[in-house]
Amino acid sequence: MRRFAASIVGKLLSLFAQILTAVRADWRGIEPVAKQRVYYANHTSNADLPLIWAVLPAAIRRDTRAVAAADYWLKNKLRAFIGRDVFQGVMVDRRAEHRTEDPIAKIVQALDEGSSIIIFPEGGRNRSEDPLMPFKSGLYNIAKERPEVDLVPCWIDNISHIMPTGEVIPVPLACTVIFGAPVHVKEGEEIGPFLQRASDALLELIPNRGSA
Amino acid sequence: MEMMDETSSGLLFLFAACCGLLVLATLIGEVLRARLPRTGAHLVVETYLTRVNSWWGMVFLFSLALLIGPVGIILLFAFCSMAAMREFLTLTTKSKADHWSLIAAFYVILPLQYFLIWLGEVGLFSTLIPVYAYLMLPILSVLRGGNKQTADKDFLARISETQWGLMICVFCASFIPALVTLDIPGYGDRAPMLIAWLVFVIQMGDLMEYFTGRKFGKRKVAAAVSPKTLEGIGCGAAFAAGLGLLLTWMTPFSPLMAMVMALIAYMIGVGGSLVMAAIKSDRGIKNWGHLIPGQGGFVDQLDSVVFAAPIFFHLTRYLYGG
Repeated sequence: MRRFAASIVGKLLSLFAQILTAVRADWRGIEPVAKQRVYYANHTSNADLPLIWAVLPAAIRRDTRAVAAADYWLKNKLRAFIGRDVFQGVMVDRRAEHRTEDPIAKIVQALDEGSSIIIFPEGGRNRSEDPLMPFKSGLYNIAKERPEVDLVPCWIDNISHIMPTGEVIPVPLACTVIFGAPVHVKEGEEIGPFLQRASDALLELIPNRGSA
Repeated sequence: MEMMDETSSGLLFLFAACCGLLVLATLIGEVLRARLPRTGAHLVVETYLTRVNSWWGMVFLFSLALLIGPVGIILLFAFCSMAAMREFLTLTTKSKADHWSLIAAFYVILPLQYFLIWLGEVGLFSTLIPVYAYLMLPILSVLRGGNKQTADKDFLARISETQWGLMICVFCASFIPALVTLDIPGYGDRAPMLIAWLVFVIQMGDLMEYFTGRKFGKRKVAAAVSPKTLEGIGCGAAFAAGLGLLLTWMTPFSPLMAMVMALIAYMIGVGGSLVMAAIKSDRGIKNWGHLIPGQGGFVDQLDSVVFAAPIFFHLTRYLYGG
């Protein structure tokens, strides 16, 4: 029953995203095939996850789980339902003092169970003027643990205009999710250079046009 | 009632004629495809068939709206305006401070414009955007963005680009369905026919311009932004005028006037296409959107009709009353 409700809500959310933004995927660096991956994306609004969700082909979506902040998604029952059941969230706590489990271990476990992962490596919604905030160490740690899994950069284009941080009403602008070429951690690569490289790979996907 | 029947039968005739043309176009495409070797589908033929399929969809939707009557037409164009403005405003300059003016544009101005058209309030629907929206939206933007330490960046560019999106995609586009509000003496409630005539004449002129331009075109009229040539435009104009004359029965015009109006509408439409091409080239894109297979987006499809509509509306209203 709960599974059924979750699948209905998931479909409705992705339908809503499609009606509003006519969202489409631009598979630039990889093909949409059922291969285990870590999709990492820019994060400016709560609409980010539904948009990635909406463009992933159903077969891939079924085996894809989002890394979600427990401190946000478990706050009330509705959020918990959406975060845990609809997006099959891997709940990690961003507040170190509240943690009972190691977040990386949880994510790696999800990978080992065969799921793909969606992660927002900035660690929260970007409220700055820059296109990306510095990445947290999580992406590096996952890459270190499971170096064979593709890390796929996904640039969610225009979302910062559709629903900027702090706004609740979305403007119906067109949205594209651009998937770039996968990144892997190199032998002996340090955290700093790796995160820089991963971040650059994401920034490179930004379509250039004359917008502020 | 009799008038309505006449309109319906006229529209059905037009619908049948369009279907006939499309059946022919589909057959040609299928024959071409069947003749080609199995391996390596021919790109031109495939693109052509995708386009023909999109035309089928458009003819079907458009006919349905015309048969439903004014409400169907108004709703169809309201939806087209929404899709077109979404494409247009995706590419404009904007900042977080414009969020509420964008929301007002989509959720207040757009529906209100079409509601006023439904009411037939010419005075109001022709001032809502160029007066009220143009003055109010920048006020919203400055109130939301003007409190920063630094200057409100790109302010003039931001407000004018948003306003142009509203102008093209809502204001101008809404003059197509606004034709049903005209009360032309002796023409009854056949105004939906006038819409079909306008759209048909311009689109067919465009098509002719495309084919002849590819074949004989030499002198480009705006080489930097568009492949349109003088020769192609000449052929398109002649074709549009001829078609306008042939379809005089759909209009309240005299045969000569039908030709002149078709020519004017087509020429403004060409100008509109060029202007929209210049914006595309400025923003470094090939198409406005991707929603109509084989043809790009809604703005790509509507650009010429949208430019022609307000001027056509005003000329008709001025010369024929209503």
